[in-house]
This record gives sequence, C-alpha cells and structure tokens, in this order.
Amino acid sequence: MNFNRKIRTKIIIFSTVLLILASLAMGAVGCAKSSEAAPLEPKQRVRVATTTSLYDTGLWGYLEPMFEEQYGVELDVMYAGTGKALEYGQRGDVDIITVHSKAREEAFVAEGYGVERVPFAYNYFLIVGPSGDPAGIKGMLPEEACKKLMDSGSSSFVSRGDDSGTHSKEKSIWQKAGYEYEAVQQAGTWYIEAGTGMGPTLMMASEKQGYTLTDMGTYLAYKGKLELVPIVEKGDILLNVYSAIAVNPESAPKTKIDMASNLIGFLTSPEIQELIGKYGVDEYGMQLFIPCAGAEPTK
Amino acid sequence: MTELWNGLIKAVELIVTLDPEVIEIAGRSLGISVTSAILASLICVPLASLIHFHQFRGKRFLISLIQTFYSVPTVAIGLFVFVFISRAGPLGWLGLLFSPAAIVIGQMLLVTPILLGLTISALRGVDRSIIDTARSLGASGFQAAIVILREARFAVMAAVIMGFGRAISEVGISLMVGGNIRGFTRVITTAISLETSKGDLELSIALGIILISIALIINIILNRVQQR
Repeated sequence: MNFNRKIRTKIIIFSTVLLILASLAMGAVGCAKSSEAAPLEPKQRVRVATTTSLYDTGLWGYLEPMFEEQYGVELDVMYAGTGKALEYGQRGDVDIITVHSKAREEAFVAEGYGVERVPFAYNYFLIVGPSGDPAGIKGMLPEEACKKLMDSGSSSFVSRGDDSGTHSKEKSIWQKAGYEYEAVQQAGTWYIEAGTGMGPTLMMASEKQGYTLTDMGTYLAYKGKLELVPIVEKGDILLNVYSAIAVNPESAPKTKIDMASNLIGFLTSPEIQELIGKYGVDEYGMQLFIPCAGAEPTK
Repeated sequence: MTELWNGLIKAVELIVTLDPEVIEIAGRSLGISVTSAILASLICVPLASLIHFHQFRGKRFLISLIQTFYSVPTVAIGLFVFVFISRAGPLGWLGLLFSPAAIVIGQMLLVTPILLGLTISALRGVDRSIIDTARSLGASGFQAAIVILREARFAVMAAVIMGFGRAISEVGISLMVGGNIRGFTRVITTAISLETSKGDLELSIALGIILISIALIINIILNRVQQR
C-alpha cells in the first residue's frame, strides 16, 4: 500500500516535471525561430505601430521580412487604430508609426512628437453595404448618403468606433453632412460602434447586413468573406492617404530614430513603392494601394 | 455547420502535421505561462508561509483581501502594468512594454493572489499536531515550517498548477502589454482572438483544441494530486 503510494507520487512528480520541461523546450523552440539566423548578439528590435488597414490587408506581413533582411533587425509590427498608434508614439513605446489621418498627423508633428509626415501610399474610402441597399443610398455622395441613413434610421451602420483614421474620416463625413458626432452616436440602435479594427468591423457589418465605411484595400482583401458590395464610391472626401512618421527622439529619447529613418527610406524607395503598387493585384484583381513616395496626392 | 466542420478538419490537420505557426504559438504560450507560474510560486510559497506562521494584527483581513483578488479582471492588471512599464511610465526606462517579459510580469501579478491564498489554505490543512511534534523534538521555527511545507506539498503543487491554468487561459494581459506581435508576443489566446475576428477559423480552432487539451491535462494532474 505504502509502496504503491510512493510509486504513484513519483509518477505524478515525474510527469509534472516532464510537462514543465517539455513546455520550456517548446518555448525555447518558439523563441529560437525568430533568432536562428542571428549572430552572437541579439538583433535590434524596431517597433512600428500601424493602422489596422495596412495590417489586415497583409501588406505589413509582406514587407516585414524584406526590411528585416535588408537591415538585419527584428521588426515588431503592432496593429492599432491611428488614435492608438499616435498614443503609442507620444508615449515613446514605438519607434515609428504608419497612419492615415492627415489633420491628426500634422498636429502630432507640430506638437513635437513626430519628426516629419511622409506620405507613401493612398487609396480611397468607400461605403459598403448589403447588395439589396435597403436604405437606397447607392451612387449618392457620402454626405447625402449619411443624411439619408440618419433620416430613415432603420438600416444599421457599423462604425469603427475606435478613434482610428477611418473613424476620424467617418466623423468628418457626418460633420460635413451637418450633424454633430455626439448626436449621431445617440441617434439610435441602428448606429453601431464596433470598437475594433477594419477587418473585424467589415465582418461585423456583413453579419449584421449593415453599412460601413472602409478603405478600398481592406475591403478587397476581405471581399471573399463578406456579403457586402460597394454602395458609395464617389466624393473628394473619400481620399485616403497613408503616411509614415518617425517618433521624435527629442520627445522620446529611447526610440531608434536611425532605424525609423531607414524604414521610411525603405517604404519610399522605388523598388518597394513598385511592390506596394503591385501588392494584391494578382490575388484581388485590383490595386489595393497606389504608391506616392513622399508627395501628397490631391485627388 | 459546414464551416465549423471544415474548420475542425483543417484544424486537426494543422495539429497533426505540426504546422510551424501552431507549434510556435502554442510553445510560446506554454513557455510564458510556465515561467510566470514558477516565478510567482518562488515568491508566493515563502510569502504564504510567512503569513501563515506569523500572528499579526489584520491577518484575517489580509487573507480575505487576497481571496478577493482571486477574480481580479485581467484587463485591470493589463492596464496597471501598461501604465507602469510604458516608456512614459515610472518603469519605462526598462523598455519592457510589448515583450514576453511584460506578459510574464502581468501573469505573475494575476496568479499571485491564487497562489498565496491556496498555499495558505494548504498549510492550514496540515494537522496541528505535526507542528507540535516537530517543535517538541527540538525543531526551530524554520525547520518546523519546512516540515509543514513538506506535508502540504501536494496541495501547494495543486495551487501552482491552478495558477498556471489561470495564466495560460488569460487574454487581456497578453493583448494589452504583449501587443500580439507575430513571432514575438503572439500567444494562443491572442491569436484566437485575432484570427476569429478576421474570420480565419482554422488556426483559431486548432489553437482552441490545444488550449482545451492543456486544460484537460491540468485537470487530470490536479485530480491525481488532490487525491493525496
């Protein structure tokens, strides 16, 4: 009896130790994967906070290994809405941000948190919705479409609601249509604030068969999973410019300005600009991003 | 239904063929949470003994405070750790935010109350006469504590395993202070959350199966241990 108990104890202790060792080994394998090609000293880590549209389209996943190889660093890509990315930059938690909200980017640079705003690609926003178009807004200008949505108050509209660049754009459209944003938020249950990234917001709009404002790139990348079609595509307000901003080392001394500058140089280099322009064309049959190295597109 | 079925088949395929991404994420998750549980127990077991073996004013209150924190929301800890280790925060100079170390810190804080509370209960469960016998045989206070700890080892082990279970299944801390960086801080729970919201169910289901299997194994071990 006593003997039996001892053996069982030993078995339990043994298996627990085994489990711990196995998991530590697996953890080591997991970590080793990212450093197998590394020389003796660990690689420098560079952090970029990116708007979710550049992440959900897979563009960053495509560019990341190229940059890592060219400069021998580890690039950590964090997906966050423009608001969150600006906040990370302001706190000095990332070295560089890639975002799309011109007015807020200019304020970020003017307040000394960012070095310079460098546009590198653009595309257009559009309003997508169910193919039946229950609100009857197809082909309208975005401002008119918003007015009609507000008046009817019966068709769902899914807003990013996460302080992102797309969310800022949506707010400015409501404003241009003549509404205070607070009034829109309280307009009724048809107005849904998702509080999440572009891809998930599209998924939600599709599930709820509602309308949403999206950038062209993410919409094309997700089109296969969605039951949504383009509804509103015309209007100057729908221009969507992506830019990169290095975090100012004067406001955040620990950030890696050299690597941030390298990354901006990389994004605006002719070869990478060409790749950005071609990205996704084969897969989605349409251009996701239009390159614009350093120059502000006007329309 | 077909979506779930197809997802399930592809998920099993991912696991059986040892898909590198699945293995990497599962391995990282295990590594981080085992580290958190072990480091936390290195602190908590001695601390719990200290609390148990000393009489002081407010001891009862302290213990109920510890028990209150059993169910502390992970996002509250995430926020707390974020504020402290962000570059603009008091520990910002360490540059820990968005790294596996940040997740370990958060998970240690998360499991500390569980480990403390359950270890204290474990020590309480030891027959009072054992400590008296040890003392009467001339054991010092420290030696007596060691004797009690040895008596309670299975219950203490159960506490550590419980802590590990809580750590590996949390998502709030990993997401907020880890940042869900692919190949660096992406763990099982954050990957499931991201992939599901993106509509990529296969990877989510595969990782979900692994997570549930881990929970099952923990439960089996826990049951065996508690039968002692």
